[in-house]
Amino acid sequence: MSVLTDAITSALGTDIQFDKRQYPSSVICCTVPVEKFAEAAWVLKKKAFALLAAEWASDETPFGRGFCVFACYRWGKEYLIVRSELPSDNPQFPSLTRRYIPAYRFERQIQSLMGITPAGHPDARPWIKFEDWPAGAWPLRKSFDASKPLPRVAGEYEWIKAEGEGVYEIPVGPVHAGIIEPGHFRFQAVGEDIINLEERLGYVHKGIEKKFEALSWQDGARLAGRVSGDTTVAHAIAYCMALETMTDCNVPERANWLRAIFLERERIANHLGDIGAICNDAAFAFMLYQMSRLREIVLRTNHKLFGHRFMMDKVIPGGAAVDIDSEGKKEILSELDSISKDFEKLVIIYDESPSLEDRVRDTGILRPELARELCVVGIAARASGLNLDCRIFNPFPPYDQYDLIELGVPVLITGDVHARTWVRIQEVRESIRIIRYMLENLPDGEITSSFTPPSPDMSGFAAVEGWRGEIIYWLQAGPKGEINRCMVRDPSSVNWLGLEQAIPGNIVPDFPLCNKSFNQSYSGHDL
Amino acid sequence: MIRILKQIFRTGIVTEPLPTEIISEVEEVGAKLEEAVRKRFRGSLTIRQVDAGSCNGCELEIHAINNPIYNCERFGVHFTASPRFADMLLVTGPVTHNMEIALRRTYNATPPPKIVVAVGDCGCNGGIFGESYASLGGIDKVIPVNAVIHGCPPTPVALLQGILKAIE
Ligand code: SF4
Repeated sequence: MSVLTDAITSALGTDIQFDKRQYPSSVICCTVPVEKFAEAAWVLKKKAFALLAAEWASDETPFGRGFCVFACYRWGKEYLIVRSELPSDNPQFPSLTRRYIPAYRFERQIQSLMGITPAGHPDARPWIKFEDWPAGAWPLRKSFDASKPLPRVAGEYEWIKAEGEGVYEIPVGPVHAGIIEPGHFRFQAVGEDIINLEERLGYVHKGIEKKFEALSWQDGARLAGRVSGDTTVAHAIAYCMALETMTDCNVPERANWLRAIFLERERIANHLGDIGAICNDAAFAFMLYQMSRLREIVLRTNHKLFGHRFMMDKVIPGGAAVDIDSEGKKEILSELDSISKDFEKLVIIYDESPSLEDRVRDTGILRPELARELCVVGIAARASGLNLDCRIFNPFPPYDQYDLIELGVPVLITGDVHARTWVRIQEVRESIRIIRYMLENLPDGEITSSFTPPSPDMSGFAAVEGWRGEIIYWLQAGPKGEINRCMVRDPSSVNWLGLEQAIPGNIVPDFPLCNKSFNQSYSGHDL
Repeated sequence: MIRILKQIFRTGIVTEPLPTEIISEVEEVGAKLEEAVRKRFRGSLTIRQVDAGSCNGCELEIHAINNPIYNCERFGVHFTASPRFADMLLVTGPVTHNMEIALRRTYNATPPPKIVVAVGDCGCNGGIFGESYASLGGIDKVIPVNAVIHGCPPTPVALLQGILKAIE
């Protein structure tokens, strides 16, 4: 038995039913009566110190069942999904927001897109759904016709207000000054000091989760690779893994290793870009140019060897779409040598520039206690003292060979911009090292295996450590074996709350710097 | 400081050493671009980039044309923060329902004559996201488009070529 299941069974006893349709078998799913949904959360938090990883709902009317609401908890290596069934008319469930802060947005999203009410939720404003959508438009419901454009209705979003002498507001966005994605930030400030930041996201909502339901399992991988373009490999791996767990598809070892090489290369490319951009936002443009040059070299090699600069569509259900030969191996090894040599020189410069240090240290602090409460993941978590990394806690081959790979995960506790930068620096070094290891020990064999679609009413789960952090996919096969629901949880879905909490107390000009150090995906969040 | 200078000098100007197959491409399109920008925009083409709903892949490549290797500024192409200064809007993504109004406003804030270039397969026709309740499809569904750049995402060279084609 595991810590999470022990905790929940000892508290709820016979109210729990274990679900046999959930794959992989290591991820346990149990059904509790809906009135116990919040109690389960409380028990898991108090007794097992679990973190909330995701919360979502699915429309199961095609099975003749009504709706279902799910909460996924994580503790160490364990994931536990708690599920409750709801009737199809007037569906409601007890809100978890007072126990778990990240539920705050998950539940607003469930309410906005699925039309299920989280009873007792403190904030009834829609999320992702805008005020000018018609009231009954719940796109994730099966009865919703997604092919028609939405009419606009009148409505206004209510912002949180701050009042008092000298308080003023700065609205920013959705179209920002740089070449970045759209979102709206509203600051309340006194002088230069920010007293509150409110985010408003949803501008790039493309209806991705709904779109999945109209695609074949194969095409789903292409869409997963476009949830957030900078994380295309990690999203595709997570989708494919969730899918493969439901079928008896055995991904060849070589394909798994290739996927891991792509994943680490994606990590290096993005971290290089981020380190440069963070320094640039502290007016240290030198680093931006140097780092973007190194990043470009990585992308060039990708293009040459794998046919795409970001390796889009190179991870497919059942394996990988490109192989690597001995020439390619040599090329990557020599590329890594030259990058790592230049990178180390730049790290020394980063470390020894007092003017830069002055900006990045003690700026945008996300305290460890708060990071834990907010259940942040990935870089933001590791910079704030949380030792989380799916490559260690939920590994797929080759990461499961701990003793051979000896993956080191940097954890810092200061939670400031510097910590988030330093985590990236350490991870670049580590990724370079493990790519070398993987290239030298790459197993022989096939790179794809045949893939049969899953049977009806199965669900699959996967968590993969992308460069931002843990990505979760939960897939459900419908009555005809098609995609009934595809839940995507990008790290940004939780980490945006972290940014919002890290900002108050900073000065307005430091916001871009703090924002860059989190560098969340808008597209991955808005879906 | 010494280290910074050393690294700068040691790195030198990296804008040049491209792999031979790309070098000729970038140089070629660059020379033409420079010429066109000089003739039609008095040496300075100012672009405002708008993300109308992309997956952010296209943004990464637009960033890349600013990196020291492609360095589009040397051809007189630069990016501005305000649509009011822009000669060209470079618009990515399928236009989402939630971005439609902001895109229209940005378009209206740009002084005429203005050139609109739709970037990426999504910008051209909605790409994989197509048309749905949330996505209106290509940029031309919302504002008039003068030129398109295909690709998912288009490579930096394709972007430079597309910008050139749009102003020629
Ligand atoms: S064209 Fe491709 S990279 Fe660009 S926004 Fe669309 S899916 Fe993303």
